[in-house]
Amino acid sequence: MFEHYLSLAVKAIFVENMALAFFLGMCSFLAVSKKVDTALGLGAAVTFVLTITAPLNYLLYTFLLKEGAMSWLGPQFASIDLSFLRFLAFIGSIAAAVQIVEMVMDKFAPALYSALGVFLPLIAVNCAILGAALFIVERDYTLGESTVFGLGSGIGFWLAIVALAALREKMTYSNVPLGLRGLGITFIVTGLMAIGFMAFAGIQL
Amino acid sequence: MKVAHKKALFDPLFNDNPIASQVLGICSALAVTTKLETSVVMSLAVIAVLALSNFSISVIRNFIPPSIRIIVQLTIIASLVIVTDQVLQAFVFDISKQLSVFVGLIITNCIVMGRAEAYAMQNPPVDSFLDGIGNGLGYSLILLIVGFFRELLGAGKLFGYSVMPLVTEGGWYQPNGLMVLAPGAFFLIGIFIWLLRNFKPELRET
Repeated sequence: MFEHYLSLAVKAIFVENMALAFFLGMCSFLAVSKKVDTALGLGAAVTFVLTITAPLNYLLYTFLLKEGAMSWLGPQFASIDLSFLRFLAFIGSIAAAVQIVEMVMDKFAPALYSALGVFLPLIAVNCAILGAALFIVERDYTLGESTVFGLGSGIGFWLAIVALAALREKMTYSNVPLGLRGLGITFIVTGLMAIGFMAFAGIQL
Repeated sequence: MKVAHKKALFDPLFNDNPIASQVLGICSALAVTTKLETSVVMSLAVIAVLALSNFSISVIRNFIPPSIRIIVQLTIIASLVIVTDQVLQAFVFDISKQLSVFVGLIITNCIVMGRAEAYAMQNPPVDSFLDGIGNGLGYSLILLIVGFFRELLGAGKLFGYSVMPLVTEGGWYQPNGLMVLAPGAFFLIGIFIWLLRNFKPELRET
């Protein structure tokens, strides 16, 4: 059992890295990776929100949206299939979760709250979060697997964005061709990082 | 056609391309481009959602309270994406399966939110509609270019038809497997941005 979860986590962190293998969360991945400090903050916030919303959306889908999911209300509800509403439900629950996390943090951990600052609300529209929720549905994960998958993909994103930020900080000293400066070279570097992460694909667990 | 309309429609193609210069909507641009066919379908889906969401948001822009505008925009966009997803599932089921989660991810595609926030909230419906189509086309342009090269170089095919016969099938072309994988997409977009910025020096970053 434990081994199964461990292998799922390793898979989510390295092999199927959200940013480098599935291109999810690319917008913030490129925009917020100029400095290591801010990248650390964003990565932490994404990991935190993913770990909360992944099981939350799993429960939402299993007990409200899936075909026959509402049978716990009574046999007459067993034929209801609301799965087409999942986009709306997921994005709503993610936005609500982000809002709640923000309020709780503001109250109980003001230091962390001010450190994350503007990144928290932005996470609601980070595709990695919604992507994780949709992957959970597509791959039929259980509750435990969803939590591990959420945490794992969050850590994977964190790792990738901090690594990219560190590379970009170093790169300010290098002589990049004019037209390639900024966005262009960031793409190339990300591509090289993706090749690096592909090396994990051979791991057998 | 009025000058303003023309500008709204064609500017996003090269001068102000959403992917290459505004850095919006890159997630799906990379993920769905392993084949030209999926790129085309994804482009059409994004154009439809973008134009309609811009239009609807622009129609009600004066009634949206500023404090809850994000959630209103998200709801409109999510509803449009649900419709698009259902249409794709009904008519092109195979491709819809290949696009998997990425149709749903149009919701969080920054282009849609970005244009709603930056353009549709301040401009009349017709202009916003055209701006949506224009930005959708700008997005499609990159998607199609990347999809073209990835399928051609990665599998020697276009739209599933063999263009360059593969070595394994008795032809001469040795496929470049890197193109089908994630890094190939990163390199292609990087090179595209490089080329674009060589011809449009004003887009360069220092």
